Amino acid sequence: MIAYVTRRLLHAIPVLLGISILVFMLFHVVGGNPVYRMLGKNADAEEIARMTHQLGLDRPVWAQYLHYLASLAHGDFGRSWETKQRISTMLAEGFWPSLSLAVPSFMIASVLAVLISMLAVLYRYRKADRILVVLSVLGMSLSILAFIIGAQFLLAYRYDLFPISGYENGFRGLPYLALPMLIWVANQLGGDVRYYRSVLLEEINREYVVTARARGLSKGQAMYRHVLPNALIPIITRLVMGIPLLFTGSLLLENFFGIPGLGNMSVNALNASDFPVIEAMTLFGSALYIAANIIGDVLYAVFDPRVKLS
Amino acid sequence: MSAASNIPLEGAEPLAAAGPRTGTTEPRSPRRSSWGKLLRDKSAMAALAVILVYVVVALLAMSHLIARHYQEALGTAYVPPSRQFLLGTDLLGRSVLQRVVHGTRIALAVGFVSTGIAIPIGVLFGLLSGFYRKRVDGFIVWFYTTVDSIPYILLVLALALVMGKGLVAVCIALGITSWVGACRVVRGEVIKQKELEYVQAARAMGAGGGRILFRHILPNVMHLVLIQASLVFVDAVKSEVILSYLGVGVQGEPSWGVMIDDARIELIGRGAWWQFVSATTAMFVLLLAFNVFNDALRDALDPKFKTK
Repeated sequence: MIAYVTRRLLHAIPVLLGISILVFMLFHVVGGNPVYRMLGKNADAEEIARMTHQLGLDRPVWAQYLHYLASLAHGDFGRSWETKQRISTMLAEGFWPSLSLAVPSFMIASVLAVLISMLAVLYRYRKADRILVVLSVLGMSLSILAFIIGAQFLLAYRYDLFPISGYENGFRGLPYLALPMLIWVANQLGGDVRYYRSVLLEEINREYVVTARARGLSKGQAMYRHVLPNALIPIITRLVMGIPLLFTGSLLLENFFGIPGLGNMSVNALNASDFPVIEAMTLFGSALYIAANIIGDVLYAVFDPRVKLS
Repeated sequence: MSAASNIPLEGAEPLAAAGPRTGTTEPRSPRRSSWGKLLRDKSAMAALAVILVYVVVALLAMSHLIARHYQEALGTAYVPPSRQFLLGTDLLGRSVLQRVVHGTRIALAVGFVSTGIAIPIGVLFGLLSGFYRKRVDGFIVWFYTTVDSIPYILLVLALALVMGKGLVAVCIALGITSWVGACRVVRGEVIKQKELEYVQAARAMGAGGGRILFRHILPNVMHLVLIQASLVFVDAVKSEVILSYLGVGVQGEPSWGVMIDDARIELIGRGAWWQFVSATTAMFVLLLAFNVFNDALRDALDPKFKTK
């Protein structure tokens, strides 16, 4: 198992390098010279040359890349153009507020989606199932922006059931997080139910289910003991695939509800064309996603005896 | 399984679909029967009709036949839906209906252009990767794993920001990030197809790599490409709205995302709901039609996929 995890970690290295090359090219080659932006309109040529030299931008591209890689390895993402803060500090500050919204919402939505799709499959091709399928397709087609603005306007502004926006640390923040979580779950549920339903439907038509039922297991028992464990692999796949979508959710919801997380930070950076912050977010988000992928692979090995460890 | 039925004949339809291959000797070709299945699917045809209406509206707007005055104040601000303004006016007195129509044009343009960039890249990489394997495959797999490891929205935002905000940047950003799905699917299918007899037959007759790939294998993976294209299109439309809402997308023109952004002020300030409802409904109906159509497409063309 340890060997398997190590090998999986080693596989991540070329991908991480690839990401650093892509992001470096994007922001430091395509993005152009940042000196003009930093010094403003009134800088003279000498000043620009001095600053360019100071930042090492007159060196060859490969040397700049190696320097870049070295500072990334030290966890140094540079400073924001806008706030002049260290970006590593900004990331650390925004991480927990983001996590406190994203993780519970994602988990609640995923568990709920599996439960609902189990119900749909138990009552498959009947009225309840049909209604659930139609609802989930409708939910998939509604933009997250529609969910957010509609719910914020009606539930928070018009009927005053939730605070419109704000954030507090710890459990006192819960009232502020309730509505964004609700929106998150509603937005995620449609696609998830549709996916899990088709996964479970495929499993329940297999012959081992017929055997289990013939042995006298009830529908619920067959589902719980046989279908669900067998469907676990595609469920894990879906969970890992859902990680990048966390960023879309965080970006929009944090911004709408004034939660001081990474998503909000990114939206502010976008508005200010603050390249280094967006760059750092891209790298950080990719690293998180790769970590999630590795965890997913380890989970496959844990839950599926067919996955070979060697 | 008969290999002969897989050989695309001269003059065969360009969109060949290798339907479910059964061992029985069917009188009809699997290709024709899967298209027939799609044509008989009533909800799919209704969805297709809706999509075509959107395309016609977008084309009319593009040729300046309708919605020419989307930028002008045609009436007073905040007129609710009425006979003069079917969907009301916005905070500057502009016609919401004309803006929705213009937004349709932008959404579809972004959808088609980014699909048109993404699919050829994905198909080409997928074909090369699956056919030549070894180093080519190693490089392409590394490349798409890398691109795929960057959360989509962050990569698109970074690209659009660096290339300078605007519609062109959005199309390019969406195009060069969305090819991974098609590449992966085509690669997997090519690896399977190239072991089949029809490829060996073509090779025995002296066909070179390029000819085998594009004349023989490509038509047999085209059905999967079509499904992928449809999925890329939906994602592009959704992302354009979010990018425009975030201010990275289209500048100075009403896209649905820009309208939703304006509508937020109108809702809170005056409770004017019509711009919000119009823009989100226009988007909702298009996405719904695409979701329904995609399901039917996969049901008909992808033997592995079952929704029913």
